[in-house]
Amino acid sequence: MTTPLPTAAAEGAGAPDTTEAPASPWKLALHRLRHQKAALVGAAIIAFFVLAALLAPVLTAISGTRPDTVDKKAVDPYLGGLPRGALGGISPQHWLGVEPLLGRDIFARLLYGAQISLLVAFSAALLITLIGTVLGITAGYFGGRTDALISRFMDVMMSFPSLIFMIALLSVARDVNRVLLLIGVMSLFSWPYIARVVRGQTLSLKHREYVEAARASGTRNSRILFGEILPNLTGTIIVYVTLAVPGLIGTEAALSFLGVGIRPPTPSWGQMISDAVLYYKVDPMFFILPSACLFLVVLAFTLVGDALRDALDPKGSRT
Amino acid sequence: MIGYLLRRLAAMAATLLVVCALTFAVFYLFPADPAVQFCGKDCSTERIELVRQQLGLADPLIVQFWHYVTGIFAGQTLGTGQYAVQCGFPCFGYSFQSAQPVWDLMMDRLPTSISLALGAAALWLLLGVGTGVVSALRRGTRLDRTLMVGTIGVAALPVYFTAMILLYLVVTVAGLLPYPRYIAFTEHPGQWISNLILPWITLALLNAAIYARMTRNSVIETMAEPYVRTARAKGLRERRVVGKHGLRPALTPVVTMLGMDLGGLLAGALITESLFSLPGIGKLFADSLNKSDQPVVMGVTLLASFFIVSSNLVVDLLYAWIDPRARLA
Repeated sequence: MTTPLPTAAAEGAGAPDTTEAPASPWKLALHRLRHQKAALVGAAIIAFFVLAALLAPVLTAISGTRPDTVDKKAVDPYLGGLPRGALGGISPQHWLGVEPLLGRDIFARLLYGAQISLLVAFSAALLITLIGTVLGITAGYFGGRTDALISRFMDVMMSFPSLIFMIALLSVARDVNRVLLLIGVMSLFSWPYIARVVRGQTLSLKHREYVEAARASGTRNSRILFGEILPNLTGTIIVYVTLAVPGLIGTEAALSFLGVGIRPPTPSWGQMISDAVLYYKVDPMFFILPSACLFLVVLAFTLVGDALRDALDPKGSRT
Repeated sequence: MIGYLLRRLAAMAATLLVVCALTFAVFYLFPADPAVQFCGKDCSTERIELVRQQLGLADPLIVQFWHYVTGIFAGQTLGTGQYAVQCGFPCFGYSFQSAQPVWDLMMDRLPTSISLALGAAALWLLLGVGTGVVSALRRGTRLDRTLMVGTIGVAALPVYFTAMILLYLVVTVAGLLPYPRYIAFTEHPGQWISNLILPWITLALLNAAIYARMTRNSVIETMAEPYVRTARAKGLRERRVVGKHGLRPALTPVVTMLGMDLGGLLAGALITESLFSLPGIGKLFADSLNKSDQPVVMGVTLLASFFIVSSNLVVDLLYAWIDPRARLA
């Protein structure tokens, strides 16, 4: 019963041992995950950045810097405003150096940038999970006209050039709350991908015996949907959402990079990269630091999502 | 097949119309006033009102939309009297800022975007499919694991980073290549390649990883099919088993994805084009956005969705042609 399926054995750093039989699929998954070095590294990186973002006020109080304080003394006006000192102006006051021209502290800006990146990505992920699951499960379970309507809607949403349309929407939108706006616009174009998967899975689940049995015994539809079908979808949903997060983080960075995302003075990684691109030759540290953060977070989520997929879905994914 | 084709074409037209209507609504419900842009910053209120009348901006939204859609097929004259500008078929609007029809602006930039997309796609297919096949055939080995973790790492690299590192190392430090600018293939094929190779690599690295993993999964799955076992059992050489019976069906999903990615890339390579200052459609979009040149922004949005919708159609048609069962869907 615990004989590892071929894929699981191939992927796992250490093949699942057969000493004890884990009770539930969740325990089995957790068990497998613990043996995947890559997933652990990914989880550690995520934990690091989440902590850094949450503790941003504390950490900046310790370093004694604020993300938007201009420090003209840290830059050299005779060198076109480049940071004084080696490696982009790393000094006891500025642990990771300063921005050229304004001399704002990079350490503080990275921390507050992490807050924005993670807040936007997590909220959008939550939103697309909600919308995608509800619409996907509804379309799959009820079928017929409901399904046709929702599926058509998804098709149309997926024919939008999403990045371009997001930019267009963000550029004409009235300035209310940039963060909420970003979350809304990004979710608007991302939910169909989850909905499609959920719909497909629901289609295959709805003819299982236990669903038929529930229906035959007169259970209400909402109870069947959320009590019988949804619990069987959680694995798939978790995997898809974890793998959607790096995409969302990347999109937020791209939008801010293109100047339609988070507006200054609120820092965000994409915006920092966009400022730093001009200085990539003369002040490489300014460019490398936000890029490295972006890289690490995206990498970490992909590693964890990938490992989760192997752990929760032993057949491997078919996209 | 004809019936299927017609149905799909109708669906495509309907989708495009919906996209067009939504795009139109977004731009014309909360715009920076096109009349002000047309007339310039220091224009009196009466002049602006006059221009608005002449451009038809005072008409109800639905009338304006009708003019826009019919204009695409029949062309239209924008404005009246001394301000009249002729915008012939296919009229996607007129950019008053650059005094050119949007269509001409887009067509100027299209060759760059096509070159960028095709070159990058060729490169990432080579890298991605190659890696995926090797990984699948050596499944479970150290090589397979290294390749698969490696692809995740490469895919996580931000484009900005790849682009700038490449520029710095290859152009600034080593001086091997010129700073990229667009040279038409017809003008000088060698320079076309040497100028575009860095942008190609940048885009290819981003996508190759996804293709590698997909190819790997697909090949593993196909190689487990009974007909592969049959091919082996009848004594075919392994190369032929893999090449003819394994790879061909395994690559169908890859082709599907390629079609959709190419469609998205033709007008969607904004960041790569911006980083390398390549005058493609994406750059046109980004620049027009900065200048709030709305007719262009809207035109590019429509062109981009046209590319996406039509590449989906091409992929579906290819599928239906290969596999008749798909025609029923």
